[in-house]
Amino acid sequence: MADVTLRKVVKRYDEVEAVRGIDLDIADHEFVVLVGPSGCGKSTTLRMIAGLEDISDGDIMIGGDVVNDVPPKDRDIAMVFQNYALYPHMTVAENMSFGLRLKRYPKAEIKSRIDEAARMLDIVELVDRKPKQLSGGQRQRVAMGRAIVRNPKVFLFDEPLSNLDAKLRVQMRIEIKKVHQKVRTTTVYVTHDQVEAMTLADRVVVMNHGRIEQIGTPNELYHKPATRFVASFIGSPAMNFIPCRLEDVAGKLHVRLTDRVSFPLPPARAARYQGVPRTDKLLLGLRPEHITEARQHSEPGVENFDAVLDVTEPMGMETLIYFTVEGSQVCGRVNPNAGAQDGAPLRLAVDLNNMHLLNEVTGVVL
Amino acid sequence: MTTVTIDKAAPTRKVKYGSMSRDRAWALRWSYFFLVIFAIFSLTPPIYMLITSLKSSAEISAATNPWWVFHPTLDNYIGLLTSNQFLRFFWNSAIVSIIVVTLTMLISVPAAFALARMRFWGSATLATGVFLTYLIPETLLFIPLFKMFAVIGDWTGIQLINRWYVLLIIYPTLTVPFCTWIMIGYFASIPKELDEAAVIDGASWIQTLTRIFIPVAFPGIIAATIFAFTVSWAQFLYPLVFTTSTDQLVMPVGIITTLIKGDVFNWGQIMTGALLGAAPPLIIYAFLMDYYIAGLTAGATKG
Repeated sequence: MADVTLRKVVKRYDEVEAVRGIDLDIADHEFVVLVGPSGCGKSTTLRMIAGLEDISDGDIMIGGDVVNDVPPKDRDIAMVFQNYALYPHMTVAENMSFGLRLKRYPKAEIKSRIDEAARMLDIVELVDRKPKQLSGGQRQRVAMGRAIVRNPKVFLFDEPLSNLDAKLRVQMRIEIKKVHQKVRTTTVYVTHDQVEAMTLADRVVVMNHGRIEQIGTPNELYHKPATRFVASFIGSPAMNFIPCRLEDVAGKLHVRLTDRVSFPLPPARAARYQGVPRTDKLLLGLRPEHITEARQHSEPGVENFDAVLDVTEPMGMETLIYFTVEGSQVCGRVNPNAGAQDGAPLRLAVDLNNMHLLNEVTGVVL
Repeated sequence: MTTVTIDKAAPTRKVKYGSMSRDRAWALRWSYFFLVIFAIFSLTPPIYMLITSLKSSAEISAATNPWWVFHPTLDNYIGLLTSNQFLRFFWNSAIVSIIVVTLTMLISVPAAFALARMRFWGSATLATGVFLTYLIPETLLFIPLFKMFAVIGDWTGIQLINRWYVLLIIYPTLTVPFCTWIMIGYFASIPKELDEAAVIDGASWIQTLTRIFIPVAFPGIIAATIFAFTVSWAQFLYPLVFTTSTDQLVMPVGIITTLIKGDVFNWGQIMTGALLGAAPPLIIYAFLMDYYIAGLTAGATKG
């Protein structure tokens, strides 16, 4: 087990820079998820840690040693691939023991490790089967078993659940978390699914265009996003962005959305945004759960307003509502009993205590 | 409890039941029609050979029905199988083919692995070059090759012309490029992650080749082996040019040079020899066909 450090790591393919100078410190035992849209450089970063791609610039350290020119087999890492990459001509046990057999481990040691991993992954009765006799979820378990038996310094996962159906994905997600709780190996996990990132990670690294947008715990990223990209990428349904500007009305700071709609800011927020120029084009960032049906009693920082709903989506425990403010679509979450109907007006409440204010041009959260 | 009633009196429409199977039946009929034609086309020569091989020379030259044997005899078979000369041809063919197949696989499998997986400068050009080599017809090459071997013989004193082992050098020029090309295709179809997984598991290039690629691409290797064997067993022009003494001949050349004397064709024995010569490839096909099934990679990755 070991920590992993990336220092100004760059990957260039001819003209294109896929990864543009990444700094990342992953502590021992930590579960770090790299997340981002396709082409953001997350997989390339993982493959550079694995040694499957050369790095164009910078340093990668595993357990304190610079491994830039160390071949994959000497980095003491294990990798789980998106398409499993099981050896089709070998049984499950042979697949799992391949690495150990190459390193000439004693037979008894190999057997005990396979037994232990198989028990942990609940594939004991499958060890004599060939990969083609297994289902997708079972194959992925075997692929994980192959990583576990090696007892490596670092686990690398490259979108391991993307090929599974939605239900199985949730199940395997929990499985991966359980395994990590047991073996505590440092893990780097790549996914484009923000739910996977949020649920699995100790810390999430959000990447975009070959750069790191933000590093933080899932809660930090959700509640304190640094940029518009992070704010919109994390959370589902995504955060709403409504064009707005700040104005002073009778000595109090207001956020004006339209000619008719303007809300006074709660004191804490007003103090924070006091220095923002009133002429700046801004975006009001609101998560859907902070736009709800109006309540009987007024609360500080919660303002009521009327909206005509375009579409409603009943989800059972809640109803998603969509309406338009100044041409931008806004999503809210209301109680299923709030009486939301397609095309009907509804009195709504917006919780400004949880608002975000973004610079529309730079995308930075203020 | 409420009972759900299904309205069975839904509006009726005319459905052509079984139209699918009718289409299928016609497709089957046509495919059988063409298959039968092809079968007749390709089976007629061997059947004619078999019929003729069972006739005596007198019956062959007699003006009787050529498709019927009136006095069947095994004289042609006995004659050939007891002739040391014919057994010598058979032995030469066998030894040449086995060594050539072995050489070919030893060269083309690693070569294909290198060209398919190790990205080095010029590897793509080289892969195309290998295939282009195969496209040059042997009829163009045999004269310069003959000249080359003659010169080598003059310079070094190593006599290659009119020795059966000269074929061990010549045949691979036909088999290696094609087998390499086939194997490049098979190796390229193996998912990249498989060798990456092997590399991470600690396998060297050689171990990746021998323990992952060769077992996974086994059907391809069988296909290449069959091809190499067929080419070396049936090759005619090169042995005709490069070997002349009867003890150096391989079977195809041996049959026509010894059984055609001037303008006298010993048809019975020619046909028998050709049939016996066709047997080994047939036997090999029959054995290896079982292994020659695609889909061995199933389960490696998704799908």
